[in-house]
Amino acid sequence: MFLNQFLFLAAILFCIGVYGVLTRKNGVLVLMSIELILNAVNINLVAFGAFHQHLSGQVFALFVIAVAAAEVGVGLAIVLLIYRNRRSINVAEANILKG
Amino acid sequence: MTYLVLQTQLTDTGEWIANIFFYIIAAVAIVAALRMVTTNNVVHASLYLLVVLSAVAATYVILGAEFAAATQILVYLGAIMVLLLFGVMLTRAKIGAETDLDHDQKWIGALVAASLGAVMGYSLWEGFGDVRMPADQVPQRTEAVADEIFSTYIVPFEALSVLLLAALIGAVVVARRD
Repeated sequence: MFLNQFLFLAAILFCIGVYGVLTRKNGVLVLMSIELILNAVNINLVAFGAFHQHLSGQVFALFVIAVAAAEVGVGLAIVLLIYRNRRSINVAEANILKG
Repeated sequence: MTYLVLQTQLTDTGEWIANIFFYIIAAVAIVAALRMVTTNNVVHASLYLLVVLSAVAATYVILGAEFAAATQILVYLGAIMVLLLFGVMLTRAKIGAETDLDHDQKWIGALVAASLGAVMGYSLWEGFGDVRMPADQVPQRTEAVADEIFSTYIVPFEALSVLLLAALIGAVVVARRD
């Protein structure tokens, strides 16, 4: 098995996630694409941990999972608040900061 | 000598099988991820995300990170997916297909993702072209992971606990209706 197998899988998933973040209008779908990006990074961490036969890769992946849980909680709260105030979660319409 | 040959043949077969499983899992993950970012049904997108997350957990198992795989299934598939589905329901997404989920400048996003992929692919190919995983790969035991977390990484672990608490209280405060 090559190390690159895992790194390429992670890179492809990362790019698909970036595409999702850039093209989706729905706030919840943007959050889902961010989860995809975080998972791609986690594959990298675990793959390098297995490659070096060291535990820190897996430990960092666990930390990232915990931070992702916090992120999705706060992110969904913000999306719900935007929905309640504007009756829409279209991120293109949340533009009142624009001068 | 025969024993050694047998041994290498066995590990070769094991690696071969692991490779087959890896490529099946990778294909499933990539197809599901592509469907997730292109489908025009929010509920379907979250179900495709479920497939991707399961495939990532399977990749962890192939890499011998069993505790990370179990945590992935418990936290992502169990908790984060439920949160996201609640988000879909509370924002009253349409049941069924929607027409207006993507921006108009889709091709710019595709261009950015493709060029990012090209740069990363080139640098990965240059950097780790034929680096092999160690042949005598052993699964990383949960006991050892726990020892590592609660000795070397105890301070980040405690900080993470506080972060999680603060984030969840913050989420409740932000989303509260009053």
